[in-house]
Amino acid sequence: MSAKNKTTMTAKPGKQEIFITREFDAPRELVFKAHTDPNLFAQWIGPRDLTTTLEAFEPVSGGRYRFIQKDKDGNKFGFHGVFHEVSPERVIQTFEFEGLPESGHVTLETMTLEALPNNRTRLTTQSVFQSVSDRDGMIESGMEYGVNEGYERLDEILSKMK
Amino acid sequence: MRRDVFQAIADPNRRAILSLLAKQRLTLNGVADNFRISRPAVSRHIKILAECGLVYVQQQGRERYCEVRMDKMTEVSDWIEQYRQLWEQRFDRLDELLIDMKKKEKKNVGKK
Repeated sequence: MSAKNKTTMTAKPGKQEIFITREFDAPRELVFKAHTDPNLFAQWIGPRDLTTTLEAFEPVSGGRYRFIQKDKDGNKFGFHGVFHEVSPERVIQTFEFEGLPESGHVTLETMTLEALPNNRTRLTTQSVFQSVSDRDGMIESGMEYGVNEGYERLDEILSKMK
Repeated sequence: MRRDVFQAIADPNRRAILSLLAKQRLTLNGVADNFRISRPAVSRHIKILAECGLVYVQQQGRERYCEVRMDKMTEVSDWIEQYRQLWEQRFDRLDELLIDMKKKEKKNVGKK
């Protein structure tokens, strides 16, 4: 096994997009399968302390999805969207978090999977938000999320605060 | 209105003021000379930046000098770093899953 693959994220001030890049030690077909097989997808998408249930999951062009994440106290968080294009090279979909005070804050996500030598794959996701404040709000809520999960694994991670 | 670094950098004029002040310490008038927006508008932005802790304003005689507090700017990169870690955890789980998938695939090939 090679060194740990690092996740890079770019969120330039004042822009309404986020780029995320990560490489995987697996061929593209497997990375694609982990994104489109409902049983596999549910295993990795949510934080460890939440259970993820897929209420709808049709990863084909024009299909919809909705998944619910439930914490120990029974709090539910819903997410839904529509698949615009699904192929091993590229998945384009919309994304909306249902927990916001008002509906309609939709993100457009384009994920590309690039086959690399030695059976590796590079994943790149571009998320385009409707406004800069939508994007910054999402990053902030994600941060709180990350902090919550951090309590459980505080010993494991010696870095800053997480 | 909230007062933190994110509020501070949400406005393009405030970002421009910050990058100007990052190069040099300037008076309020000195900052305003670089912008097409009115002096009171620049003054308002500086006030917000000061309230957010990103700019320090110091009275010297009749002039008010503005200076950037770079230590506060690192909060912005910390903030993105934490969101990045959220994704990293997600991808780490995907890594584990992919290892399982690869093993299973090998088994299946063996059966054939």
